[in-house]
Amino acid sequence: MKKLTILLLIVFAAGWVNAQTKIAGTVKDNRGHIVAGASIQVKGSYDGGVSDSTGHFSFKTFEKGVQIITASNVGYKTVEQNVTIGADALELAFAIKEEISELKAVTVTAGSFEAGDKKRAATVLSSLDVVTTGGANADITAVVKTLPGAQQVGEQEGLFVRGGAGYETKQFIDGTLVNNPYFSSVPDLAQRGRFSPFLFKGTVFSTGGYSALYGQALSSALILESVDIPERSEASASISPIFLGAGLQEVAKDKKSSWGMQYNYTNVAAYFSLVPQSVDYFKVPEYHAADANFRIKTKKGGIIKYYTTFSANQLGIRRPNIDDPNYKNAFGLKNTNWYNNLSWRENLGHGWKMNLGLGYSTDHNDITNQIENQNNLPVTTGRVWIDSTNFMLTTRADLSQFKAVFDKRLSGISVIRFGGEYLYSYNKNAYNNYPSKLVDHFKALFSEADLYITNDLAAKIGARFEQSSLINKANIAPRLSLAYKTGVGGQMSIAFGTFYQKPENTYLTATTNFGYTKATHYIINYIKNTTLQTFRVEAFYKKYEDLVKTYPAYNNSGSGYAKGIELYWRDKKSIQGLDYWISYSYLDTKRDYLNYPNQLQPNFAADHTASLVMKRFIPKINTGFNFTYTYATGRPYYNLIKNGSKYDIADQGKTINYNSLGFSMNYLASLGKAYAVFVASVTNVFNSNQIFGYNYSHDGLRKESITPAAPRFIFLGCFLSWGVDRRQDAINNNL
Amino acid sequence: MKHLLVIISMFFAGMAMSQSKYEAAMARGLEQFKSAKTVEDMTAASAFFERVGDAEKDKWLPYYYAAYTNYVTAWMNQKADKDKVAVKSNDLITKAEALEPNNSELFCLRQMTATLQMLVDPMSRFQSYGVEASNAVEKAIKADPGNPRSYYLKGQNLMNTPEAYGGGKAVAKKLFEKAAELYKTFQPASPFHPNWGKEENEKLLAACQ
Repeated sequence: MKKLTILLLIVFAAGWVNAQTKIAGTVKDNRGHIVAGASIQVKGSYDGGVSDSTGHFSFKTFEKGVQIITASNVGYKTVEQNVTIGADALELAFAIKEEISELKAVTVTAGSFEAGDKKRAATVLSSLDVVTTGGANADITAVVKTLPGAQQVGEQEGLFVRGGAGYETKQFIDGTLVNNPYFSSVPDLAQRGRFSPFLFKGTVFSTGGYSALYGQALSSALILESVDIPERSEASASISPIFLGAGLQEVAKDKKSSWGMQYNYTNVAAYFSLVPQSVDYFKVPEYHAADANFRIKTKKGGIIKYYTTFSANQLGIRRPNIDDPNYKNAFGLKNTNWYNNLSWRENLGHGWKMNLGLGYSTDHNDITNQIENQNNLPVTTGRVWIDSTNFMLTTRADLSQFKAVFDKRLSGISVIRFGGEYLYSYNKNAYNNYPSKLVDHFKALFSEADLYITNDLAAKIGARFEQSSLINKANIAPRLSLAYKTGVGGQMSIAFGTFYQKPENTYLTATTNFGYTKATHYIINYIKNTTLQTFRVEAFYKKYEDLVKTYPAYNNSGSGYAKGIELYWRDKKSIQGLDYWISYSYLDTKRDYLNYPNQLQPNFAADHTASLVMKRFIPKINTGFNFTYTYATGRPYYNLIKNGSKYDIADQGKTINYNSLGFSMNYLASLGKAYAVFVASVTNVFNSNQIFGYNYSHDGLRKESITPAAPRFIFLGCFLSWGVDRRQDAINNNL
Repeated sequence: MKHLLVIISMFFAGMAMSQSKYEAAMARGLEQFKSAKTVEDMTAASAFFERVGDAEKDKWLPYYYAAYTNYVTAWMNQKADKDKVAVKSNDLITKAEALEPNNSELFCLRQMTATLQMLVDPMSRFQSYGVEASNAVEKAIKADPGNPRSYYLKGQNLMNTPEAYGGGKAVAKKLFEKAAELYKTFQPASPFHPNWGKEENEKLLAACQ
């Protein structure tokens, strides 16, 4: 019956064919390019057609008299034409104009690697990328180091970007500055970052030319955006020979709020007893870390997020004294750190958005260095250059901050953004019981506009004003970038910006009679993006001015430059199932700072750095295999010795080239009701000799290479999660 | 006699209804959909349904089929830009939802477009589009627990999800069985209402045995 009805209807419809008028024509865009797939319609009727690959369309209609014909296509503004339909065929030409839309418009990308939840962007670094990068052991910084622009510095924590020192890179979580993003420094041993990659949904690694929203970073900004409401409630546990952890995450039934907490205990004693280390740990590293969070969605679609983490750790290492092998240096460290971040993102209506951030952190260190004899007992040698390395240092660094950013959408997708921040930092140290205190009220105002002139041309123009009470100086930093679309998926960008940074507290303790250090960035880049492939090339020139000098006097008379070219290629397409990226950086940089006698290539800068990261997940065996190979040419080292009124280079050279192959595999399985991920990871698989620099004895006659504490680090672990998925329950009840 | 009168009056009433311009158009559109062999044919069918929807202003089915036929083009062409197809289909689904809120069939379509976008890069999109797809199918089940397509689509996604993530044939099989049971008795509200998936469901159920 149904079929019969349809048949009848078709027969009936077929009877209409006579007395139709043919309407044909072409559809082009406003620049005269053919538009295929546009829909043409006699408004209010069913009659119409679709433009073919040559932009032509043709259809017949029964409609007569004065009619409106529309031409529309996704991403274009609909165009109407008034026509009078008679008996004669009509020939129409349509010119439709592209709408400026976020999906089509160019994005200003010079200097930045944007990644994360921007669902359609070819993502560069997601939290999954972080945990599946071979040899990185789920450390965000270690993965960022595989991107162009970052140096392979293994003797200190931090990101050394484009000729900049580690402290020239700052980290921001939900807009606010993180004061101590890494575990406290230990001489010659780089420390991990404090934050788990799973906290973040997006990571932007900006190697220069970044937005006026961020300041006090001469070289780079690592901008981390935390996750909103998690997808489901879950309990988790992690077990490994070096750590134990447990966590809980609870999502409300209506998914409007969530809370969670976690605790981890790390102790490497068992591991060190199996794998010999090059240094003697008299206090084996031990870490307690606890965190908690809550997130609440507001009625208007905004969100309030709070995250806090507390950690306490200690370690003690003993190494031979470089000046006299009969003695040892015993270095001890105790650290506690408490970090808090409260943010509120809200739609205010009428195109207004608000982002508020509140942060408080306090970091306490108790550091000692003790000269000991062969029996590990404290001694006094009577030699000033040895005895003066004995010290006791306590530090306290507090940072309270408030940041407000307002967005107002202008016509189209253009946005104007402005706001301010206030940072109160309180630093109190005691060095061998000599107290020092530094307090700074730091204020900044900023404004920036994202202007979309067409879908093919966009500009970001901004400026930032800063004032520090500590050095009692202000600055204004302009920023400008432009992006131009060169074709499908391809775009060119240029960026220019001035960046200021206060000298580090180490130097401010000596005198506050400093000005801001300054860097000016010039960047040009080209990106070609398809869904599964990204190609990027970028050239930059960076001029350093007013760098800190400590000799002959503490002032801002330092200077320098950095220039280079960087390549990046990521491909998930060419080989089925394989995801890989290649990055290469060429860097030419020199600087005159601290006690350098003149402009020198700094000891944290290599000429050439390259990384190859490969990952492949084999669904059949539920296992992923990840490899990371990194290569860097040798870095310079110097022994600077004071000679009368200046420092001389008593010795210099270049370290051997750096090679490292990291490997990890992860196997997914179900254990009872739990999802389990088993992870095995090895750094420096080939046991390559890695030398990061040299330490010199006081007289300069003896030098010792700085190497990792062990050539290789092996990790085995199991991560379990029990999903309490309410949706699942709901379905089971329905079945 | 009475019967004859009823039959005759029903016949005329039926004629009057089936002769309506809208129903003729829907029938023509469905025929165009069935006979489409190329992407161009399918795009033309989608554009036709969209025009019917635009002209009718209060009917959701033309937009449903416009979105559905447009979605199908992504599978007819290896090189199709799946994201672009999904965006277009989602636009159409939004128009249909405005006329027919909380409809199980439309949530099913949402699940299909989200899955389409996830498949562009499953490893990195699993957490965004994968979740979107599973949220949509849950809404579909909630809106009409008797709609077999919801279970069929959910089963299809779970079948392709690794067991470690709660997928696999065993889990999917239960859903295909549920769908098969519902397909047995399922009657569309009209000849133009969605009525597809039965054969595909049986094939996948067989593949799970």
